[in-house]
Amino acid sequence: MTRPLLKVEDLRVTFHIRREGDMPWTKPRELHAVGGVNFELMPGETLGIVGESGCGKSTLARAIIQMVPASGKAVWEDGVDLLSLSPHQMLKYRSDIQMVFQDPLASLNPRMTVGQIISEPLVTHHPGLSKDEVKLRVKAMMDKVGLLPNQINRYPHEFSGGQCQRIGIARALIVEPKLLICDEPVSALDVSIQAQVINLLMKLQRELGLAMIFIAHDLSVVKHISDRVMVLYLGRTMEVATSGDLYSSPQHPYTQALLSAVPIPDPAAERAKHMIPLEGDLPSPLRPPSGCVFRTRCPRAEARCAADAPRLNPGDHQVACHFPGPLAETVKAMEEV
Amino acid sequence: MALLDIKDLKVRFQTNDGVVNAVNGITLSLERGGALGIVGESGSGKSQLAFAVMGLLAKNGRATGSVTFDGQEILNAAPSVINRVRANKIGMIFQDPMTSLNSYMRVSDQMMEVLLHHKGMSKADAAKECIRMLDAVKIPDAAGRFRLYPHEFSGGMRQRVMIAMALLCKPDLLIADEPTTALDVTVQAQIMQLLGELRREFGMATILITHDLGVVAGFCDEVMVMYGGQVMEKSPVDPVFAAPSHPYTRGLLHALPRVDQEGEELASIPGAPPNMMRAPKGCPFAPRCEFEIERCTVELDPLTEFTPGRFRACNRKVEELA
Repeated sequence: MTRPLLKVEDLRVTFHIRREGDMPWTKPRELHAVGGVNFELMPGETLGIVGESGCGKSTLARAIIQMVPASGKAVWEDGVDLLSLSPHQMLKYRSDIQMVFQDPLASLNPRMTVGQIISEPLVTHHPGLSKDEVKLRVKAMMDKVGLLPNQINRYPHEFSGGQCQRIGIARALIVEPKLLICDEPVSALDVSIQAQVINLLMKLQRELGLAMIFIAHDLSVVKHISDRVMVLYLGRTMEVATSGDLYSSPQHPYTQALLSAVPIPDPAAERAKHMIPLEGDLPSPLRPPSGCVFRTRCPRAEARCAADAPRLNPGDHQVACHFPGPLAETVKAMEEV
Repeated sequence: MALLDIKDLKVRFQTNDGVVNAVNGITLSLERGGALGIVGESGSGKSQLAFAVMGLLAKNGRATGSVTFDGQEILNAAPSVINRVRANKIGMIFQDPMTSLNSYMRVSDQMMEVLLHHKGMSKADAAKECIRMLDAVKIPDAAGRFRLYPHEFSGGMRQRVMIAMALLCKPDLLIADEPTTALDVTVQAQIMQLLGELRREFGMATILITHDLGVVAGFCDEVMVMYGGQVMEKSPVDPVFAAPSHPYTRGLLHALPRVDQEGEELASIPGAPPNMMRAPKGCPFAPRCEFEIERCTVELDPLTEFTPGRFRACNRKVEELA
């Protein structure tokens, strides 16, 4: 059995919020953005993370690379806990973990040329490389992501959104990482361009044997690209399963509601599907509900859900729910109410 | 008589870099109570089409052609004319509820303004009517939240406030410009369901502008696909999804990953959207089209009916797109 590339144990991110007008001695309120998440990521595997805005999916990814302080463990394949490292020690691992951001134009420095942008991580992590060697590698990488190598001296504003995202991907891959974290990489792109970037990411992953953490709010995109999918709600894991299992037989009422809300580009299928409407809004993460955090909007909630929080059951298809079950049961429970 | 009749609408913007041809000759008509979806990618001119109808173009924009609403010409109409139509007869919902609401005004004041101005109601009556409308769009505790500021609402709630505001004068036509793009799927489902209910209840016609074909499938009777400021295909909803007749529509549908199907590799459309600075010549989609022939770069057949109710603009025959 191969070792996992990354093993995350009980990862928690807590922000301390001070309100305007608080006295200096008032205790700041705690906001649990991520409340104890566990997962393993195998080399070459893609883990999709989905959830509504504010569910902690971006924070989780940022915590792994110490962009926000977190507690818990994130064990890399060599047994080192990334969260315990000092910034200097972490430097060694930064070339192994790279990130692609949501807004393609905003994540590129407008005053740097494409060549400078893509070569920066390379020069940082391999200061010994000669200028010619750097240029050669940058051009090879540009070719790989579908940019013309003769565009090396252009500036980001001369490129379209899809091309800028390719620059972002080239910058991340130039140091040959083992793990690529993509935070909503295609949500700012048009449908036809989105498909180009998704295909590119999947092609590069196959060629380079990359592991990916793919964060998106678009469930269809995540389904397409992921091997396994994790569903988050208010910073807690609701369900983890292989992409096939999760989408064909979701067990958690929240996953079912989320899936039923995705519009299907097929009028007949759209009319035939069962909607599980979620009433109201996400509860405030400053005052999460007791017990199961989803219970306030859950069609199947009972007294027990308020009393104790369900844990993820062990196995391949993990669900954190006291009353998991197929979609039909949730629809039935909904109709009885 | 159709409720809205648009004939050969063109929108041009004069910029420092040259003329931008945003909309290049759109003709459409919408019956009372109908729901039309306008689908296109960014830069396809779908929003500018709506802005031109509402007389909301930027200062450097100029619209030509004809737009009649209920028999009355409203394109480039005098403010006194268009102001009576706007809000009263045509309501509009914008994409970003935070930037389209005035963040310095209480929701109550912004909403009441509509009724005080257009209907000449008393303040007390206006407040009552506004709260009733907030109830109708399912804002819990509407009376309690009425006096709050927009930032005190969540994104989905703000969009509900926008919808309530657009519906205050019971318009005959609602134009919704990407009403759910900034929202989560679960909230999107709530809002689309709400719009459907309100449409049936008030019997208003709706134009839904979106890039999301899935939303159109669930909501509209008819769909119009735009590219490069031109109509590529116009048809009732069901056949478009079952058998798209235009290479662009087909490309869009294949490029979409689906939750209800197993996917192989996505068929992406190569290249990038057209530069609207060039004067339109031939088919705007030609450079990205796999069925391109020589004629496509020179001219494009006009929108023609190929089966009853379905229109397409393409130089190739449907049978040739195999």
